[in-house]
Amino acid sequence: MAQTLAIDPPAQASCARRFSVDGPFRKLCLGCALAVGVLMVGFFIQLTAASWEAWRTFGFGFLWSQEWDPVAGLFGAWPAMVGTLETTAIALAVALPLAFVSALWIVDAPPVLSRLLGQAIDLLAAIPSIIYGMWGLFVVCPLMQELWWRLGIDTNGFGVLTAGLILALMILPYICAVMRDVLRMTPPMLRESAFGVGCTRWEVARDILLRYGARGLLGGVFIGLGRALGETMAVLFVAGNVIAVPASPLEGCTTIAATLANNFAEADGLQRAALFALGLILLTMAFAIQVAAQYYLTLTKAKRGER
Amino acid sequence: MKQMMMLTLAALVAAGSVKAERLRLTGAGASFPAPVYQVWTYGYTASEQGAAVNYQSVGSGAGRNQIKEKTVDFAGTDDPVSAADCEAWGLLQFPMVRGPVVPIVNLPQVKTGELKLTNELLSKLFLGEITTWDDPQIAALNPGVKLPKGLKVTVVHRSDSSGTSAIFTGYLSKVSDAWREQVGAGASVKWPCGLGGQKNPGVCNNVTKIRGAIGYTEYTYALEAKLSTVALQNSTGAWSEPTQGDWPILGTTYILVRKDTPAERKAALKDYFSWCFTEGAASAKQLHYTPLSAEESAQALKVLGE
Repeated sequence: MAQTLAIDPPAQASCARRFSVDGPFRKLCLGCALAVGVLMVGFFIQLTAASWEAWRTFGFGFLWSQEWDPVAGLFGAWPAMVGTLETTAIALAVALPLAFVSALWIVDAPPVLSRLLGQAIDLLAAIPSIIYGMWGLFVVCPLMQELWWRLGIDTNGFGVLTAGLILALMILPYICAVMRDVLRMTPPMLRESAFGVGCTRWEVARDILLRYGARGLLGGVFIGLGRALGETMAVLFVAGNVIAVPASPLEGCTTIAATLANNFAEADGLQRAALFALGLILLTMAFAIQVAAQYYLTLTKAKRGER
Repeated sequence: MKQMMMLTLAALVAAGSVKAERLRLTGAGASFPAPVYQVWTYGYTASEQGAAVNYQSVGSGAGRNQIKEKTVDFAGTDDPVSAADCEAWGLLQFPMVRGPVVPIVNLPQVKTGELKLTNELLSKLFLGEITTWDDPQIAALNPGVKLPKGLKVTVVHRSDSSGTSAIFTGYLSKVSDAWREQVGAGASVKWPCGLGGQKNPGVCNNVTKIRGAIGYTEYTYALEAKLSTVALQNSTGAWSEPTQGDWPILGTTYILVRKDTPAERKAALKDYFSWCFTEGAASAKQLHYTPLSAEESAQALKVLGE
C-alpha cells in the first residue's frame, strides 16, 4: 500500500515543470478566447457602420419592405429573409429525423457496419458545397421538373423546395456526426437498466438517449442550422434567384447569402449599404438563434434532471 | 530524368528573368468583352513586341473600383462613367469594342433565327404580359413556325448585376415605353417575372434546362451552348440576325485609364490598344464582336494621347 502512495521523483519533476508553464499558457488561452469575442463584436460594429446609409434611408422598414428595385434605389430585406428561413426550415425538417435515426442505428449496429456507414456519412461532409450546387442544378432540378410534370404541375424545378432538399443533404452529416458522439456518451448503465425494466428500443431512444444527450443533440442541430443559414453556393444554383416572397415552395426564391454573392461585385452606394444591412441581419439571426437555444436549455434543465 | 528537370527549371528561371524586365500591364473589369480581351492579351503578350498584358474579368463595377484605387493599369466597363465623374476621379475613357447581346429561346423544333420577335413582343415577353408561346400575337408574326401548344414562357435573367443586363435593359427601355416606365435600365433591375441564372453560363444553362425558356446573353455564350437565337428588327425595320452588322442590341464596352499614369506605361498601353484596334480586329470578328471603325479607333487613341 505504502509503495503505491509514494510519489516517485520523475513525476514530481514533471509536476514542477507543469507549474512553470502554467502561467503563460493560461494567458495565451485567455488571449485566444478574448480574440474570438473581440472579433465577434468587431463584425457587428463593422457591418453596422457599413450599412448605416441603408438604415438611415429606410429605417426599420427595411426589414419588412418587399421592394428590391436597384433602378429606383429602393431596397428591402423581407424576400431574402423569408427565403432564408423557408429553405432552412425545410432543410432541418428533412435532415433532423434522418440524422437522428441514422445516428441511433449506427451506434447500435455491428462494429464493421457501424464504422463503414459512419465513414460514408462523414464523407458527405467532405463534399465541397459547389459540387452539391452543380449536382442540384444538373440532376435534382431536371428531376424535380420531371416529377412535378408527371403529377400535372408545370414548374421549372428551381425554387424553395429544391434548395431546401439540397441543404438538408448538406447539413445531414454534421448533425449526424454530433448526434452519434452524443449518443455514444450515454452511460451504458442507464441504457441497460432501461432495457432491464422492459423498455422497448424506441422508449430507450426517446426517454434515455434523447433526454440524456439533449444539450449535445441540440448542439448538432445548431451546427446544421448555422450551415443552412449561411450556405451560399449550392443555394445560388438551385433557388432560382428571384427577389420576391415565394408564393409556394415550388416558386423561385433567394436567400440572404445568395443575394450578397450575386450583387456585391457591382454594387455601389446605397445598394452596397443595403447588402451590408442584409449581412448584419444574417449575423443577428444566427446570433439570436444561438442565444435562444442556450436560454431554452437553461429553462428546461430541471425538467431533464440535469443539475 | 533529374537532369532534364533541372534543365527545364533553369530554362524557366531564365525565361522568368527575361520576362521580369518587360513592362507588365494589368487590367480588370467587365466580363462581357472578356472572351475577346483574353485573346488580345494573350496574342499581344505572345508577340513579344511590347508589354506583357493580362486582364481579369471581375465585373464592370469591380473594375471601376480598382482603377479608382490605382490597383490596375486599365479597367473595362460596360456602363460608361459620366464625364463629370471621369473628371472627378482623374480618368480617361474611350470605347473599345462592340458586341451583340442576343435573346435565346428553348423551343423544341424551332431553329436558330426562325422565330421573329418585334421589339414590342420582346418587351411583353420579359414583362410577363405574354405567358404562353402559342399566344396569337407571336403566332401572327410567325406563320410558318411550329409553336408548342400551351407551353409556358419562362423568363431567365441574370441574377448577378452585370453589364450584359445593362445593355439588354437599356435596349428594351429605348424601344418600349412600357418597359422604361415599369422597369427601366441598369446593371441590376427589378425583374417583373422569371428566374435568375448566375453569369452568362448560368443563364444559358437555365434556358437549356427549361422548356419554353427565353433569356438573353452575350452572343459567344449562346453559340457555345448551341442555343437558338431569335431574329429582331433593326432600326429600319428589316429582320436581322446577330451575325449581321445591323443587329440592334449592340453593347459598347469602354476602357478606363488613369490620367496620372506614368508616361512610359501610358505609351505601352497606347501601343497595346492600337494593336487591338488593328491586328486584333480579326480575332474580335471571329468571336462575333464588332471592332470600332478606323475613325472611332483613332479618336479613342487620341483620348489616351492627351
